[in-house]
Formats: sequence, C-alpha cells, structure tokens
Amino acid sequence: MKKTKHQSLWITFFVLPGLLIVLVFIVAPLFMSMYNSMFSWKSIARDQFVGMENFHKIFNQYPYKDRFFNAMGNNIQWFLSTMLIQNSLGILFGYLLYKKIAGSAVYQRVFFIPVLFSIVAVGFLWSLYMNPNMGIINRFLKDVGLQSWTRAWLGDEALATPSIIAVNIWRWVGFPTLVFYAGFNAVPEEVVEASYLDGIGEGRLFTHIMIPLIMPSIMVITVLTLIGSLNVFEQIYTMAGLEGGPYYSTDTLGTLFYRTAFGAVDSGLPEVGIGSAIAVVIYVLTFFFSALSIISFKGKEVEL
Amino acid sequence: MIGQLKFRGASILQKTLIIIFQIMLISYAILIFYPLLNMIISSFKTSREIFKTPYAMPEKWLFSNYVEVWGEGGFGRYFFNSIYVTGISIGIVLLLGSMAAFGICRYDYKLSTFIYLAFLAGIMLPLKAAIIPLFMLVRNLGLMDNPLALILIFTAMSMPSTVFILTGFMKTIPHDLEDSGRIDGANEWMVYRQIIMPLTAPSIALVTIYNAVPVWNDFFFPLVFIQSNKLKTLPLGMSVFFGQYQISWHLLFASLSIAILPMLILYLFLSKYFIKGMTAGALK
Repeated sequence: MKKTKHQSLWITFFVLPGLLIVLVFIVAPLFMSMYNSMFSWKSIARDQFVGMENFHKIFNQYPYKDRFFNAMGNNIQWFLSTMLIQNSLGILFGYLLYKKIAGSAVYQRVFFIPVLFSIVAVGFLWSLYMNPNMGIINRFLKDVGLQSWTRAWLGDEALATPSIIAVNIWRWVGFPTLVFYAGFNAVPEEVVEASYLDGIGEGRLFTHIMIPLIMPSIMVITVLTLIGSLNVFEQIYTMAGLEGGPYYSTDTLGTLFYRTAFGAVDSGLPEVGIGSAIAVVIYVLTFFFSALSIISFKGKEVEL
Repeated sequence: MIGQLKFRGASILQKTLIIIFQIMLISYAILIFYPLLNMIISSFKTSREIFKTPYAMPEKWLFSNYVEVWGEGGFGRYFFNSIYVTGISIGIVLLLGSMAAFGICRYDYKLSTFIYLAFLAGIMLPLKAAIIPLFMLVRNLGLMDNPLALILIFTAMSMPSTVFILTGFMKTIPHDLEDSGRIDGANEWMVYRQIIMPLTAPSIALVTIYNAVPVWNDFFFPLVFIQSNKLKTLPLGMSVFFGQYQISWHLLFASLSIAILPMLILYLFLSKYFIKGMTAGALK
C-alpha cells in the first residue's frame, strides 16, 4: 500500500509516545553518563571538564583502584561460577526434561518457582537461614553430627561471596533449564532419528549432536549471564549490606557504583564523576562481551 | 518420541544412570521446596519455637504474626503500592508498546527498521548503570518521592521487550484482514484497535507476565526514588522492615511469606503460561 501524508501522521501517532519514553529514560541517560564521566563534580553539580581523569583514577589511584579491581574480581567470580554450576545444571536438567524422564513435568514447574520471587525476599530468607547462631543451616549440621562444618556463612571473608552466589544459583537454575529444554525441543526429530540409525550412543548424541545444535540457546544464556553478573546489586545489598561486607569481600561493581554515586559509605559524599565513570565501564563491558559472545558463537551455529 | 528415558527395558548401566539422575532431580526439588515450606511454617510460630523446634509444626498456628506485619508492619500498604505501580506501568506499556509495534511493522516505510532498533537498544542496556542521569532527570521534573517516577521508569524498562515480542507476533498477521477493514471505511486507529489487537491477545498475555514479574520485584528504583514510608513498594518496604525487626524472627518469616506467597499462588494457577512465556521470550 502506498504511503500517504495522512498515513505518516498515523505512524507518528502510534510510534512516538513509546519512542519518546525509551529515548528520554534509556538512551539519553546512557549518553549523559558518558558526558558526566568527563567532569569533576561539586556535590551534584558539574564543575570542570577533566577528560579521562575519572577513568584514570578508577584504574590507578587509591582507594578507587583497589575497590574497583576487588569488585571486578567478584563480578568475574559471579560469572564463572554461574556459567560453570548454574548453566551446566541447566543443560543437564533441560536435557533430562527433554528426554521425558519420569516426573519431568513436575520438575520443570518446581525448578522455575524461585525465579519469580523478588531477589530481596530470597536474599533475606537465606540470610536468616545462614545466620551463624540461629540459622537453620548450622542447626541442621549440628543435628546430623557435622558440628565441625558449621560456619559464619556470611561473616567469613572467604565464604561470603560463594554463599551469596549459591543462593543466587538456587534462585535461577530453573531459567537456563527452561531455555535449554526449549532449545533441545527445537532440534528436528529427523536429525535425532538419523543419528540413532547410524548407531550413535546416547553419550555421543548429547555431546556431538545435541550440544552443537543448541548453540543459539547457549549463546543467549551466556550473554544473559554476563549482563546479570555485571549488574549484581540486590543480592549483595540484602545479604551483605551496601559495603559488600565483611571488609568489601562481597563488593561488586553494582554496589561500588551505588556507593560512589550516592555517597552512602566510603567518604560520605557523592562522587558523581567517578560514579559515572564506573557506569560507563559497566556499559562498555556489557557491550563488548555481548558482542564478543555473539560473534564468537556465530561461526559455531550449525546450519540445517 | 524417540530416545525417551524409560526405566523398563533399559540396560543395567542405563538404569544406574537414570537412578542417579532421579536422585539429583529429586534432591534439587527438595532444595527448592523445603526452604519455602520451612518459611511458611516458621511464619506461624513464636520466635522461641523457631529456635527450639525448627523442623516441627507450630504448637499453635499464630495468624497474629500476619495481622501484625500486615497492619503495624505496613505490609498492607506496601502491597497495594506495588499493585498500583505495577498495574499502571504494565497498562501503559501494553498500550504504547502495542501501538509502537503496530506502527513499526504494519506500514512500509524506510525509517521503520531504525525506529525498531532504537527500541531494541534498550534490551541489553543495564538501566541501573544510568541511575545518575535518571536521578537528575527525575529531580528536575520534580518527581522525587512520587510514584509517577517509578511508573515512567518501569514503563521505559519494559518497552523494549514488549515492542520486540509484539512486533514479532504482529508480523505474522496477514495484511488482507486490515485492508478489507480499510475498504469498509475503518481508520487506522480502528484497524489497530478492532482488527489487529484482538488477534494479538495471546502474545499480550505473554508480554504481561514477562514484564510484570521484574517490575513487581524491582527494588533498585524504589530505593533511589522513594523516601516516604507511605509510598514504599513491597521489596523496598521489606528492606526497611528487616532493618527494624532483626530480633523478631517470627515477624520476619511472616513478612517474607507475604512477599513470596502471592507469586507462588499465581504461579500455581498460571504455571503453563509462565513457562511458555518465559521460554518464548528468552529464545527469540
């Protein structure tokens, strides 16, 4: 149908309100963050243009540098353990559901339940359970005679991050399970049938045929895990506090960014320039790694 | 279907494997269910009972814990604030998002791809990282401590995925339908409202579920934008409550149950759609 001036008006009418909201509340703030990161600030007013100095501080100057790399290390730990534990479990569970193992309909639904809960509620629930004196985890260990296994789960510098990550895995496993389940189901039945006719074993079918064929799902999950790991905030806030306690051992870019931007902890004052620089780093990392994983998986997709 | 895991007729090795897998799955199911069950049971006990007999049923079921949390704890108010903010945000998202999807994919013009990409840009952007400019924007608009700030941001947050999913769906509707409508004298709004929207209904359900969960559960934006206690949403109210009531474990468990139970109950009724919606949304 030929477009008339009359129709252009209609298109504008349909598209513009939604577009405005996205431009004002998502796109513009992105560019504003970049702009803000190049200024020094007096409280919450732009002061002087300083170019890359804020970035230089994050990477080189005490205490920003120490906090930044410490937080970054924790974000990397989040990403790696999520990929390794949560997503491997997701692939295994997804495959078993696809194979219609007895009870699969029930498992599928049960595993997904915690995904719907607020991170805040889940965080608080587990911090009660992980309480060293009164929590049910230590209580249970004592009752079954494993007294020596009891720990201050969230109070121990070495254990706090793994404990919080474990809770997060508890919450999320149902999600990759479901995505991989759908991915396996999208594999054409003829392919599976032909493989069986060629006498392929179950193990090789899984590793040589099914895994390559669900690469698109693996890519989606990898990117989502990445974005999720860079944005960890609520879990830390509810289970370890805004400082990423004890002694910054659970600090992430998310909590560090919030503290820097709103001055809740370190110096007590908002450092908007530094905070914006951290935000820009988060943006760049998100874009870079998302693009990288999309490109690197592109060649591995199997054409059918 | 081919290659189903059946216990009967399997070799010894396969049987062992199936048993191991079943043990894993059952353990994980227990790991999910038990903490929730324990939370609900504990919410009816006294604090003393929670410590003395953590696994047992309550001696007396104390509904008073809930009454206290709902009233004095403020959870009734937080709950309705959450319903209000989520309801309006999702309502606006569905209206503006479906209009945008319609405007993008039902007409033939050069800019449409560009506009579509502008909407999609938001999918991967971590909106939390934009909090400083958002904070200043909201302050300049005079919307600090106003639910409208949350509504606008939640709308923006949900818009990309909404446009994405609805555009994908609307593309599949044949053009003949709307053209015959136009011949009968319908204007573009009527085509959108009376022809396309009714056909889009199934994916509207999907989008509603897909977006309502993160909006209902969001903690970060209320934390930044809401100060007065009477405007707090459920996740934010809960965090305040936790700071104040660290000693009253029975109230803490009751408050967690109030935060989690509505989703659990909703899920029991709608699990089929939740599952379908989440997979479809994640796979595209």
